[in-house]
Amino acid sequence: MTDTVDIRIPARSPRHRSERRFRLYGMAAIAVSLGFLALMVGSIVLRGTGAFQQAFVNIEINLPANKIDPDGTGDPLVIKKSRFGSLVKKAMRERFPEAKSRKEKRQLYKLISATAEYGVRDTVVANPKLVGTRASLWVRASSDVDMFLKGNISAEVAEDQRRVSDLQLGWIKDLHDKGQIEKRFNTQFFTSGDSREPEQAGILGAIIGSALTLLVCFLFSFPTGVLSAVYLEEFAHKGRINRIIEVNINNLAAVPSIVFGLLGLAIFLNVFGFPRSTPLVGGMVLALMTLPTIIIASRASLRAVPPSIREAAFGLGASKVQTTFHHVVPLAMPGMLTGSIIGMAQALGETAPLLMIGMVAFIVDLPGGVTEAATALPVQIFLWADSPERGFLEKTSAAIFVLLIFLVLMNLIAIVLRRRLETRW
Amino acid sequence: MNIQTHIEETVMPVPSASPTPIIEVRDTQVFYGEKQAIIDVNVEIEPNAVTAFIGPSGCGKSTLLRCLNRMNDVIPICRVEGSITLAGQDIYAPEVDVVALRQKVGMVFQKPNPFPKSIFENVAYGPKINGLTKHKLEMEEIVETSLKRAGLWEEVKDRLDQPGTGLSGGQQQRLCIARAIAVQPKVILMDEPCSALDPIATATVETLIDELREKYTIIIVTHSMQQAARVSQKTAFFHLGELVEFGTTEQIFSAPRQERTQNYITGRIG
Repeated sequence: MTDTVDIRIPARSPRHRSERRFRLYGMAAIAVSLGFLALMVGSIVLRGTGAFQQAFVNIEINLPANKIDPDGTGDPLVIKKSRFGSLVKKAMRERFPEAKSRKEKRQLYKLISATAEYGVRDTVVANPKLVGTRASLWVRASSDVDMFLKGNISAEVAEDQRRVSDLQLGWIKDLHDKGQIEKRFNTQFFTSGDSREPEQAGILGAIIGSALTLLVCFLFSFPTGVLSAVYLEEFAHKGRINRIIEVNINNLAAVPSIVFGLLGLAIFLNVFGFPRSTPLVGGMVLALMTLPTIIIASRASLRAVPPSIREAAFGLGASKVQTTFHHVVPLAMPGMLTGSIIGMAQALGETAPLLMIGMVAFIVDLPGGVTEAATALPVQIFLWADSPERGFLEKTSAAIFVLLIFLVLMNLIAIVLRRRLETRW
Repeated sequence: MNIQTHIEETVMPVPSASPTPIIEVRDTQVFYGEKQAIIDVNVEIEPNAVTAFIGPSGCGKSTLLRCLNRMNDVIPICRVEGSITLAGQDIYAPEVDVVALRQKVGMVFQKPNPFPKSIFENVAYGPKINGLTKHKLEMEEIVETSLKRAGLWEEVKDRLDQPGTGLSGGQQQRLCIARAIAVQPKVILMDEPCSALDPIATATVETLIDELREKYTIIIVTHSMQQAARVSQKTAFFHLGELVEFGTTEQIFSAPRQERTQNYITGRIG
């Protein structure tokens, strides 16, 4: 007599059904989170890509020698001092002679950026041969024209509801028909600092500010964090005090960043008198914030070094310091670096503490050092998002885009470092 | 009461021909916090011989071994009482440099633990930190002799710059032995050196231990009674933290005086 052995999945098995259901839930959860991520990145990219392009207008401009460089020196300093604004305006009047009244002329000048004269100036300084000639130059269009060309201002709405008048629309159409207005890649966005004019504003100042801030942050937090972790993990007596310190460090990691900002304001600025709005103070505040992250990550990676390595070194007559710094720390270094980079990435996106120590100022010049006033990427985003001009909207998205790219890059570096260094284990 | 009598018997003088012991363990107690791991142990280790510590798990044999080069110092709750002397000097005396002690009393561990560095650096690390030589050529010589004595030279001489962790288990363990003898110790402690190795690698390491006896004093902790019988001249049997019996290996395995030893080697306890 043989028992029948049935190993097929029964038709109605609650066990199998619940397994399938659970899988479905899991996939749904992932789909939802990926969906939100795609939505966020998508909207940023959609809104931000416009900022990488900028409308330029072609003008025929007279560059009379007697106005720019009367003595024919060719000296850039002399050329720089000349007033190109009136020359640009004159070129615009020549292009559209129909603008007669002051009101019309004002509208005409508003077609191009208020900063267009600087563009002309820089071109002439770079190429002094242009002096005394009539040149055909591309100048920056105003933000309103730029917005109109990108479709952000509709011609359909009533004239008093939009920032481009019917008269200006006619001129733009004329320029467009003759190929004298076009969108180009906006290199200025990556090569200049902030500006009141959206068409002129760039992100380089904020990038440099962020880089300097992070540099200071790294220089303060990495050595301090790693040494604290090494001491607590390898040297300190593992008693109650050590545990209390550990708990407090963990708590410190959860303290809201604005509190660190206030601390920086109270200590670094008011007590020590460090210069306000500078990457030095910003970096120190962010270092306070990053320190717990680095200590926790470093302790974890020190703990992950097998005790057998310590024993091996001790057994050969290595002292505690030799064991720690010849063997344990090098083995824990990938983990420490990864932790630090992730901490740095957090610090890169941090805004609130920087607001507290005054890095929220409007700064046009590119910062040249850690003691010069600067702004940082997230603060720049905050500033632009706060601006009423339509042109800053796409700048905001573009800045977010740049910030995200830096964050992704840093996380990539962390992953690559970990992969690279850990293979030898 | 019973314990006391056992110990008195074990302290009985061993054959009179034995040379001056290099390590003497006298009335030693070891505590882990409240728990006593070693109870009143007395052992004399003969130089240039292999002494085996045998006994069931948790009998304190590894603990005692680690006391001999103060590896237990790393454990904060560990406390050692009594006296342990190396060539007449108390190793727990306050003026003792534990680093120098560990150079004289080397150690090989249960699991091969080469540093994740090259084979050369593994062997050269000990001589380097102990300042045995500053010259590159001398260092190369030390590495070569150590690897030769550990019987590994022929297998690795062409790939000294490759990581020590890339060797097979048995080779790794011999590398660890080479690393230990590179610092020119007097005594080598081996804590179950073959328990992670296959039979062939075990046989190689056992042959090596027998050869090393000529130059070094070796103390080996082992779970395998066959191994103790094969490699050692003296055997100490531990049970529940006490030294039950200590004598020549031949005597322990052929004519144990204690009933507990008898029971252990015949497989009735342990």
